[in-house]
Amino acid sequence: MVLLEARHLHRHVAGRLLWQRVGFTLEPGQCLMLVGPSGAGKSLLLRVLAGLDPPEGGDVIFRGQSQQTWSMPAYRAQVMYLPQRAVLMGETVEDALRHPFSLNVHAGVRFAQQDARNLLRGLGRRDDVLEQMTANLSGGEAQLVALTRALLLRPSVLLLDEATSALDVDATRQVEALLRGWVQEGERAVIMVSHDPDQQERLATAVLALGAQ
Amino acid sequence: MLLSVGLSAWLKLGLGRDILIAGVRMTAQLLLVGLILDWVFRLNTPLPILAIGLVMTLLAAQAASSRPRKRYPGLLLDSFLSVFVSSFLLTGLTLSGVIGVRPWFEAQYAVPILGMVLGNTLTGVALSLDRFTGDLSTRRGEVETLLGLGATRWEAAHPLIRDALRTGMMPTLNSMLVMGIVSLPGMMTGQILAGEHPQNAVRYQIVIMFVLAASSALGSLSVVLLAFRALFDRRDRLRSERLRGQRDR
Repeated sequence: MVLLEARHLHRHVAGRLLWQRVGFTLEPGQCLMLVGPSGAGKSLLLRVLAGLDPPEGGDVIFRGQSQQTWSMPAYRAQVMYLPQRAVLMGETVEDALRHPFSLNVHAGVRFAQQDARNLLRGLGRRDDVLEQMTANLSGGEAQLVALTRALLLRPSVLLLDEATSALDVDATRQVEALLRGWVQEGERAVIMVSHDPDQQERLATAVLALGAQ
Repeated sequence: MLLSVGLSAWLKLGLGRDILIAGVRMTAQLLLVGLILDWVFRLNTPLPILAIGLVMTLLAAQAASSRPRKRYPGLLLDSFLSVFVSSFLLTGLTLSGVIGVRPWFEAQYAVPILGMVLGNTLTGVALSLDRFTGDLSTRRGEVETLLGLGATRWEAAHPLIRDALRTGMMPTLNSMLVMGIVSLPGMMTGQILAGEHPQNAVRYQIVIMFVLAASSALGSLSVVLLAFRALFDRRDRLRSERLRGQRDR
């Protein structure tokens, strides 16, 4: 079974061909790592997969249905994109985690405080983290909260843009362990951009190299 | 004016030239307007008056659209449409409904009221548009995070739309709060100086203030909605590549 598939994607930026004939299939349990030099368009590919950037050519197919025919909120609730710089809306961490539950597309899901606590504990956060002010979080902590926020919404595919770039070694290992467990728990998969060759070794089940034509 | 120029020279402000130019321009422009209004008031067909109203609207829209630091193609048209619809609608309602001018296009009423409405609508439109496009560029991370979590374009833009409308309405609401206490409005002052009974002048002023507030609200709302339509597409994407910085002046 194929969860997400990309066919013949190509993209120009400022008149320059960034990538072409990009294709892959993503099956449940997989973790696809996007690698390539800076400026190769790794983040842009994630944005195209999330439907945040218009595609130039090719097609993205999720659960056998072209992205073009999905309603975008429903699609993005399933194929969830986390930008490199986490933005948290709300005063406290709990507010930030609750915030997306007010969106129409998540009307059927309820915020479960215990799940949030468990996830954050698994990421090595203290128990009072839910009451912390988002403005006081470090970049790394904000990344962890953003990851938790996404996981609480139960997506099928996570698109992670350097989700561990601001984390220390321990926290990075905890995120990796969490993701490894998460993809095994259902029809789930991860696509991530990473600059860390060791992370590729530890986590990737497949690798897609951009900018190496 | 001589006093200002003298002060500027004495305090070495270097404003003498600017004050002179501003003073001469203001005098010349108002004298010219006096002549034009004199001629317009003697017309009694609606077409030339409508044409003058359109030119005034175009100039107002142009002024409103020159303010935003972030621009997009079609911004001038959008600001023209919102200034035009809200000002003409509210001026028309005032003339025919509230004041009950017969005929409704009587220039002595239509031109000054349209002018006042345009001035206020222009401020509202310019401020809210500037806030909205500026926010879309500085708060892009927030908007795209929401879209990425499954927000519709409307859900993602809603906080920014609300802030933009609040910014656009601020000057009108502020001036309404202190009106009569801190400031005596220019129109009322003019009427009183021209010998009108203060209570009559006040009545006109109250009506005008509500009209100004309504027009500036309607103008802000429509320009922000038009900008929203231009900068988000049907696939719930923010098209930030359509936003450009202020052209070099």
